[in-house]
Parts: sequence; C-alpha cells; structure tokens
Amino acid sequence: MATVSLKGITKSFGKTEVIHGIDVDIRDGEFIVIVGPSGCGKSTLLRMVAGLETVTSGEVQIGGARVNDREPMDRDIAMVFQNYALYPHMSVYDNMAYGLKIAGTPKAEIAERVAEAATLLQLEDYLKRRPRELSGGQRQRVAMGRAIVRKPSVFLFDEPLSNLDAKLRVQMRLEIKQLQRRLGVTSLYVTHDQVEAMTLADRMIVMNAGRADQIGAPLEVYANPQTEFVAGFIGSPPMNFLPADMAHDAPPGAVKLGIRPEHLTLAQTGTAAKVIYTEALGAETLLHVDLANGTRATVRQDAIAPHPKEGETVHLAWDAGNRIFFDSEGQRC
Amino acid sequence: MPVTDRSRLTFYLLLAPLLLWLVTLIILPHVGMFLVSLREKVGVREYETGFANYAVFFNEPLYWNTFARTAYMSIAATVLTLLIGFPIAYYIAKLTRGRTKTTLFLMCLIPFWVSELVRTFGWMILLRETGVFSNVLQWAGLADAPVEMLYNDAAIMVGLVYTSMLFMVVPLVTTLDSLDDSLIEAGYDLGASGFAILREIVIPHAMPGIVSGCIVVFMLSLGNYLTPILLGGKDSLWFTGLIYSQFITRFNWELGSAFGFLLLGLSSTIVFIGLKLSRQSLGRTMAQ
Ligand SMILES: Nc1ncnc2c1ncn2[C@@H]1O[C@H](COP(=O)(O)OP(=O)(O)OP(=O)(O)O)[C@@H](O)[C@H]1O
Ligand SMILES: [Mg+2]
Repeated sequence: MATVSLKGITKSFGKTEVIHGIDVDIRDGEFIVIVGPSGCGKSTLLRMVAGLETVTSGEVQIGGARVNDREPMDRDIAMVFQNYALYPHMSVYDNMAYGLKIAGTPKAEIAERVAEAATLLQLEDYLKRRPRELSGGQRQRVAMGRAIVRKPSVFLFDEPLSNLDAKLRVQMRLEIKQLQRRLGVTSLYVTHDQVEAMTLADRMIVMNAGRADQIGAPLEVYANPQTEFVAGFIGSPPMNFLPADMAHDAPPGAVKLGIRPEHLTLAQTGTAAKVIYTEALGAETLLHVDLANGTRATVRQDAIAPHPKEGETVHLAWDAGNRIFFDSEGQRC
Repeated sequence: MPVTDRSRLTFYLLLAPLLLWLVTLIILPHVGMFLVSLREKVGVREYETGFANYAVFFNEPLYWNTFARTAYMSIAATVLTLLIGFPIAYYIAKLTRGRTKTTLFLMCLIPFWVSELVRTFGWMILLRETGVFSNVLQWAGLADAPVEMLYNDAAIMVGLVYTSMLFMVVPLVTTLDSLDDSLIEAGYDLGASGFAILREIVIPHAMPGIVSGCIVVFMLSLGNYLTPILLGGKDSLWFTGLIYSQFITRFNWELGSAFGFLLLGLSSTIVFIGLKLSRQSLGRTMAQ
C-alpha cells in the first residue's frame, strides 16, 4: 500500500503535447477514478504511472519515491487492461501465477496465493481452463486475480469493464469496489463512464483535453462543478445551461446559468416553456422543453407527479441557491 | 429438401474445378510416376515390376549422400531464414505503423519483381572472382588477389535464404500483427524481461506463423533447382539436380521417378516431424 503523487506531469508525442500538467496527491488506500471523454489523455496518464509510457516532464512518486526512471516491474504496481491481456496459451492458473513465477516465488507459495485469489474471485472451478473457454465476466475476474496475487501497492485499471454488457458491468463494478475496500490497496481507475466514476470513486479526477478540470469527491463534484465542462459531463441527463441574463442577480462577467434538471420545477408562473417531448423512465419522467429564446432544457420529475402533454406550455421555476454561473472561458464565477 | 439440395449442388459445382485440378495435375502424374518408378529395365523395351530403382539409390553412396545433404542444407536454410526473418517481421508488425509499415512490407517483395534467373545471376555478379565483392575487398586492401566467393555452400545458402525470405516474413508479420500490444505490456507489468516475453508470450503466439513459414521455406529450398546449381556450381550436389539429370541427360525415367518419390517422402517426413516437435497441427497452421 502506498501513496501516489503526480507533480506537474506533462506528456508529448513528438511535438504535440497531450497532457498539459497534472498535479494530484493520492492517499494510501484511496480509490481514484480518472474520468473524461474519449481522447482526453486518461490512458496516457495511467500508463505513465504504470511505466509503460515515459513522462515528458514532471514527477511520478509512488510511496514517496520518484519512479520516473523505474521499469514497470520495479514500481510495485499491477495493471488490469481493457481487453484483459490474458495469455491464450496458458491456463487460468498459469495466467494468475505468471507474475509470481517470474519473481521466483516458491511453488508452494504461488499455489497458496493463487488459491486465495481464486476463492476471493469465485474462480476455483475454472483454474484449469484456457481464457477462451471463459465468459467475459470470468475473464475480467482472472485479469483482476492476476493483479491481486502479486499483492502490489497500487492497482491500475484501464477501462476494465468496457467490454462487458450493461448488466454485468453493474455487477462487476460492485465487486471491484468491495474488493478494493477489503484489500485496501490504492487504486487508479480509468473510465469514460461518469456513472462508473460516481459510484466507484473516493475522489475523481475529471479530465478535459489533457488537463484535470476538477479533482474531488463525486458528490462534491456533482454539486459544485468548477467548470462548464465538468458541469456538463458529470450528471445524466446533463446540467441545463441557460443564458445568464435570465437571472437579474447574475455576477458580472457571467454568460451562462447552470441548473440541474432535478432543480427545475413546474410552477403556476415563471419562465414560459413549451414541452417538446417527454420520456417516462419508470421511476422518473424527463420533460424536454424549449424556452422562448430557443434554449432547450430538461426537467426531471417524479413519475407519480402529473406531467404535461407534449406541445403544452408550462412555467419553470428554480431556487436561487441551486444556480451556478460560468464566464465566457467556462470557469465558475 | 430442395433448398439444401440446391446448395449442395452449388457446393459440388464450386468444388469441381478444384477436384479437376487436384486429379489431373497432382494425383495423376504422381500415380504415373510411381508406376514408372516400379519398372525395372531388363532389356530393350522389356520391363519387370519391382523395387530395383529404389535399391539403386540405397546402394550408391553418392545418391543418398546428396539426398541427406539436400535435406540438412534445406533445414539450415530454413533455420537461417527464420532467424533473420523473425526480427524483420517483428519490426514491421510491432514497431512501425501506417505508411512505413506498407513500405517495408513492399520492400520484402522487391526481389520478386525480377525472375528467379535474373535474381540468381545478380548474386553471381556480386560473388564471382571478378565480381563486385572481390573488387571491393581488393580495393580496400583486405585481399591481394581476386577472391572466389561462388561455388561453395555459403553461396548456396545466401541464395536460398534470399529467395525464401518473403515466404517467412509474410506469415510471421500476419501472426505477429494479431498479437495484441497489451499482451506484451502486461508482460512488462508482471515483471518479465524482454527475453522472457519473447520466449513465453511472443513465440508461442507466433508459433503457427513460424511453422507455416518454415514449411514453405523448407519445401521451396528442397525443391529449388536453379539456385543451388548456379551458385553452387558443379559440386552443388543438390538432389533436384540428380533428378534432372536422370530425366533429361540420361533418359532414365525409371530412376528419376524413384528419386522424385524419395524426395516427396523426405519432405513429407521432415514436415511431419517438424509439426510434431512444435506440437502444431497442419490444420491449425494452414488456417493462419
Ligand atoms: N502512441 C501515441 N502516439 C501519438 N499520439 C498518441 C499516442 N497515444 C495516444 N496519443 C494521443 O494522445 C491523446 C490521448 O490519448 P489517450 O489514449 O490517453 O486517450 P483516452 O482518454 O484514454 O481515450 P479513450 O477513452 O478513447 O481510451 C489522443 O489524442 C491520442 O491521439
Ligand atoms: Mg483509453
């Protein structure tokens, strides 16, 4: 177990810089999720921690020691890959034992540690099989088993669930979280799925085009997004952005007013809007409305509330405490 | 069922040209050759059936020495081609992308833009006593008399490896291409050295490509006629040379056929042993 610190990390491929300086201190045992849209540099950042990619400038520290120039195997980390990277010609047992075998661990201890991990992951019955004879979820578990048996200080996950179907993803998400709690190993987890990030993270790093826009606990980030990008990326359906002049008390420089769909309510008076279509999702209903100035907004309602028909005109109201304002750079103001 | 009947008919119609080709060009000549090889000449236009032609082969050391020499020279050429071809294929498949990859791949094809004869003459121009290498060595002061580099085993080997390289590199690039980079990265992550990754991850994955490349190169070398004769000269002692002289020079079709059959047996045996040793099945190799 160890702390991980990134200090002013940048990364360039040739002349193009793709990571523009990231600073974060990760506590021992913390579960950090790196989340952001495709191509924002999540994998690159993770791979620099893993030692699979060189660091252009800045410092990576694991357990307080600078590891920039260390080989992956000398960093005391274990990585779980998106496609699992299991060896097709080895059995599940050999896959899990491979790292220990290379490290020269005695056979008896290897057997013990693999058995322990297999029990933890419910893989006891599959140890003799080849990876191609397993389901996606089982392969995913083997990949985690291979990381666990080495008892590393840090786990690195690069979109480990993205090859699974939706239902399995929810189940494995829970398993990963419980496993990490039980083992208490510091973890860095990359995903582009904000629901995964919200549910797994102790703290999350929201990345946007090679920068960390915001680092914080999921609910803190949800309630207090620091940039327009974060506000729009975290939360589903996304936050509504209205022109700032719709509020009389907007701070100077504000161009946009952000408000979450659940904070918009229907009222007798207030901003008029026309219902374009409704989505009844069972537990909740989403109303998509157009304001007089052409802005599209989403209203989230309880399913039991009587909701207006498509084409009807409604009036929207919101609490001043739930608004946030952004300036023309997309920064909070 | 009319539907399956029709699809079966289509299947046979599609299969027909293949079968025709197999029967007329492969099976028939071989059956004919086998029958010829069993004929013993006892007088003018008088024949008996028996294994006398095969006995001739085993009683004449020159014949079976040439036979063995052809076999081990071909094996050596195959191993050499593999050793040179593997790093090239690895470089093309794993360390280059996009246009560089295509360009390098095409460069492997360049030798095949000229005929085998011209290609071999090219080597002769380079290697002969008055050739390019000899002149360069003399000019550099490394040799004080013309050096003959033709007409020895090394020259034959150079020619064989050069001719076969493409047939090794193509299947290797194909299999190595299909090796996901993350498997190699996972190896480093798990603490394996570069050599361990090569031995335990890359080579097992590339095995079908290695085996199919080796089979093709081995058969091409064994059956090569031009390269050993031209680069090895009179002493090349290549088995195909013996077959040629039986058929063409001596009009001894019976012995020539027997030799042909022995060569077929030899290549099949060695390929079989190779497959067994590498624990690959022919089906899996050919599916690559
Ligand atoms: N080897 C490379 N050479 C050049 N550019 C690269 C290389 N690897 C990544 N990039 C670039 O760096 C940027 C970040 O890539 P990265 O793979 O880290 O994105 P990501 O956030 O993981 O995206 P995704 O969610 O699609 O996996 C991209 O613009 C990508 O094109
Ligand atoms: Mg990625």
